[in-house]
Amino acid sequence: MSLTASLFVTCLVDLFYPEVGEAIVKVLRAQGVKVGCPDGQTCCGLPLLNNGYHSQAAWVARRMIPRFEHAERIVVPSGSCAWMLRNEFPRLFPHDAATRVKAETMSRKVFEFSEFLVQVVGPDAVNASLPGTTITYHDSCHLLRGLGVSEPPRRLIRRIEGARFVEMVGSDRCCGFGGSFSVKLPEISGAILREKMQNIEATRADIVVADDCGCIMQMKGGLARTPNGPRVLHLAQVLAGEGIR
Amino acid sequence: MSQVALDRSFEERASGALKDLPLRQALGIATERFMAQRMNAFHNLPGAEELRQRARAIKEDVLTHLDDYLGQLADSVRKRGGVVHWAKDGAEAKEIVLALAKERGVKHVVKSKSMVTEEIELNEALEGAGIRPVETDLGEWIIQLAHEKPSHIIAPAIHKTRHQVAELFSERLNKPLPADIEVLTATAREQLRQEFLQADMGISGVNFAIAETGTLALVTNEGNGRMVTSLPPLHLAIMGLEKVIPTLDDLMVFLKILARSATGQKASTYVSLITGVRREGELDGPKELHLLILDNGRSRFLSGPYREALYCIRCGACLNVCPVYRQVGGHAYGSTYPGPIGIVLTAMLQGPGGSKELAAASSLCGACEEACPLEINIPHMLLELRREAVGERKVSAGERAAFGVMAAILSRPRLYRLAGLVGRLFQWPFVTSGRIGRLPFPLSRWTLNRDFPPLSPKPFSARWQGLNRNGA
Repeated sequence: MSLTASLFVTCLVDLFYPEVGEAIVKVLRAQGVKVGCPDGQTCCGLPLLNNGYHSQAAWVARRMIPRFEHAERIVVPSGSCAWMLRNEFPRLFPHDAATRVKAETMSRKVFEFSEFLVQVVGPDAVNASLPGTTITYHDSCHLLRGLGVSEPPRRLIRRIEGARFVEMVGSDRCCGFGGSFSVKLPEISGAILREKMQNIEATRADIVVADDCGCIMQMKGGLARTPNGPRVLHLAQVLAGEGIR
Repeated sequence: MSQVALDRSFEERASGALKDLPLRQALGIATERFMAQRMNAFHNLPGAEELRQRARAIKEDVLTHLDDYLGQLADSVRKRGGVVHWAKDGAEAKEIVLALAKERGVKHVVKSKSMVTEEIELNEALEGAGIRPVETDLGEWIIQLAHEKPSHIIAPAIHKTRHQVAELFSERLNKPLPADIEVLTATAREQLRQEFLQADMGISGVNFAIAETGTLALVTNEGNGRMVTSLPPLHLAIMGLEKVIPTLDDLMVFLKILARSATGQKASTYVSLITGVRREGELDGPKELHLLILDNGRSRFLSGPYREALYCIRCGACLNVCPVYRQVGGHAYGSTYPGPIGIVLTAMLQGPGGSKELAAASSLCGACEEACPLEINIPHMLLELRREAVGERKVSAGERAAFGVMAAILSRPRLYRLAGLVGRLFQWPFVTSGRIGRLPFPLSRWTLNRDFPPLSPKPFSARWQGLNRNGA
């Protein structure tokens, strides 16, 4: 029996971090998963929802649902986008029962990447080696509190051959990204980020792994200004064996 | 220094707070301790989740039958010799309090900590009428001496270091005092003892009011609540109308979660249950008991998306875990109630159109909902406030236009691809060795603190064709 996964790439991966998308394809294929990527994808619309533009977010969702409604399983490389698809899409159509039903059906097929690997492919679906590296993990807020995913990414990281996993203090605390929050209130966002970076640096890890490209953008952007700061990688990238300088 | 300056925006006030190092140091230490103690307290409580669900169910029942429970409460209080007053807003509440004080010739009031009196600015009204209110909770007394407002729901002076408190006491009491917590609390005790003995009226809040018995429950740690409610001949308790609960059994549920959520204690040092006036043969208690039940916007929330905000028991747990609150503290919010739930409660107090600026003061990380003992879905309420702000055109035309363009692009794949292409063509002036360190407004606000990633020369959608050819 071969598994099929339709990749919802997300706008951040498509435009800024296509290498994350490639790593996901590589990791899934190595596990025998047949990967598809429906045409005409854009974004889940979370930035619109987060800023109070619910009806505009509904336009985006309405255009996206038909592209995925027949997918067997939808794999999303970001906790926040997966949360949007799963939890919020059905709520966007309070007065349109037909679309709401489609959104609900679709929402049941949504898996965040680590969830898909551990729950669907198998709990030990890792075939990667990063000898001599120390890895720490940042819990993305929507992934952890929105979807309740805490253990799967950790389990996968621990299975990477040769890598040492260390928890950081406050791994479950926000990195200060928050979408447009980071631009609307940049000083506060920056102060939260500094605390996160201190906690990361205290682990002396070589790599910080996150499972949400928003957090990656924030932490990577901050650590780029720190000399010899650790690399920030998506979970899929370390599982694809990337991460050795 | 920590004055609330309402002529400035939240962002400006927050910016000031971020530069206030003693504030951030005090906040950091206190919120870390509160968080660790709360985690520990719940960790050691079997059936914690069931308790939370029971508490939610009690609150929901109360809100569904609010009129009945309030009527029952009023009857029970009257049966025990108390007098019940109703106020629809702060102005009415203050009128009632001042009229009562005037009738009894009150000159000197002692108060135990009460956020609802902060909410209606009762102290200012009393002072205006020539009555001297003295706060007797240590934290409240500190901020009263400093002419400030509480910066936390349960720890009003959380923003102050002990050095600052020593300085303040030394100045106000005209004697040099060391930054030694024992000396400072002993000083406060000595000063406040005199106030208790002189007072002709005690004003308290109410943590829970029990409809069945008319009992008013006060949860405190300093014992001052007990003196405020028993030493003066007249006790006035003020409560928001959502504080009523049906029975003493229900109280037990809330007592188990309130102190744990607030300070991480299993139980607060004092729980005072005040049922009626002093009876024949009793040695203490007030001769006269008045209960003022205040609406002040609460009933507005009974229906609609903010209903669960009325579940709030004011434990402050959501403040301690909020990344925004932890950085900027309570004064930056410029409202009586700060932090995540404070944003929602401010909307309740100010009515439609209020609190819109504050709704942006959240990264929507969800830590508040997780910490809340009543599991109030604060993030969704903040989203709802943001949606209302957009609907009421409380956001700038520039922002509306920007999100309109974003929606147009994201709902049209071709336009989206074109926008990516345009971005890639025009980003080169900003990219230096694969990094973007500075961008024009509004993205300059991003590059203030961190690099921005350049658009990849080849997006995933373009790479997919190759991957698909080579793939399975």
